[in-house]
Amino acid sequence: MIPLEQIKSRIESAIPGARLEIILNGSPSGQNSLLVDNEHAVPIAKFLRDDPALRLDYCSNATGVDWLDLELTEKVKVKKVVDGVEKEVEEVKKTKRPGYLEAVYHLYSMELKHGPVIIRMRTENRTDNVHLPSLTPLWRGCEFQEREIFDLYGILFDDHPDLRRILMWDGFKDYPMRKDYVEPDDYEYEPTPHDEVLERTRKHHGPEAKA
Amino acid sequence: MDEGLRSELQKQGIFTTTLEEVYNWGRKNSVWPLSFGLACCAIEMIATTMARYDLARFGAEVFRPSPRQADLMIVAGTVTKKMAPQVVRLFNQMPEPKYVIAMGACAISGGPFKQGYNVLKGIDRYIPVDVHIPGCPPRPEALIHAFMTLQKKIDEQKLTGVNRPRHLNAEAPSEFPVPQFGEHDLVPPNNPDVWQAPSLIRHA
Repeated sequence: MIPLEQIKSRIESAIPGARLEIILNGSPSGQNSLLVDNEHAVPIAKFLRDDPALRLDYCSNATGVDWLDLELTEKVKVKKVVDGVEKEVEEVKKTKRPGYLEAVYHLYSMELKHGPVIIRMRTENRTDNVHLPSLTPLWRGCEFQEREIFDLYGILFDDHPDLRRILMWDGFKDYPMRKDYVEPDDYEYEPTPHDEVLERTRKHHGPEAKA
Repeated sequence: MDEGLRSELQKQGIFTTTLEEVYNWGRKNSVWPLSFGLACCAIEMIATTMARYDLARFGAEVFRPSPRQADLMIVAGTVTKKMAPQVVRLFNQMPEPKYVIAMGACAISGGPFKQGYNVLKGIDRYIPVDVHIPGCPPRPEALIHAFMTLQKKIDEQKLTGVNRPRHLNAEAPSEFPVPQFGEHDLVPPNNPDVWQAPSLIRHA
């Protein structure tokens, strides 16, 4: 298997203008992934599928990720003049990262028996611009998985042949796998509520409800 | 009739019975289930009907593919919210007298998926259930036990009076409202005539 850095440089030379970024995975598996820009996602995916050294002909898994708006705090050392003396002072710098939705694809090669190569795509935001290019025309197996992502996360895949809900019914309005999804309050009774269930008990019965 | 007199007469070769007994005896020994399964519990249900456990001993070997020919609905498996209207509709299409066995943790309460957004927390929210069996899945013996419990229940039914079975009571409903797909949940979330949330009273 070619290292991801090499795959990245090969894509960059094959597809001019492609913006790629390697997203590191700190866990022991170390499965780093490749963030792909939406405009060039289809040619990049086509390259990964057809390149004789890669031949990633099988998309084993496509899934969604929801990233909420995040406030990042950073400690920055700044030189400042305090009481006429220049000192290095630590300042907390806060930056806001707007939320987005992500689609992640795990690609393998049946022909060359290697993989996975993981590619990601990001939407502009979580609310009104949630379009991503569909990779179903390249890997037929993505069809139902992209429908599932649409159903549970609300990502709209352009050029998908049949983008409908797959698990929930058509009139359903919510996206249940989003982190800000609010479940219908159908709590009734739990013999020993604890943790999350205890919170739901309190929400349903009022704050004085006991465990 | 007095039990002692009855057995005495039986020894003399005179067999006595009541219309109620014959009626219940006939019904309980020929309960035809609907061949209908939702999840892994259905595999146990299938095993129950096969040679090793042999549900035919209880007169229930004829699984009917049409609800119009079935007497018993075995709700075997997880009822998702998307599937619930179809389950209720199937039950509505069965002719009276009809019975329901809720088989397994999912069918009785939602089971391991109870906290999920897409699973109905028990089929008894929409249709009246005669026998609940816990288990994940229940063993075939448990289903047979449920079946015997149902037979006992049928056998003890009185044909007249306030507690007469649904099919002999013209006012009792035979069809139950089918829930609609709402924007966030099923509408209504339960049938209040059939099921109400239990209220828990805790004593300090």
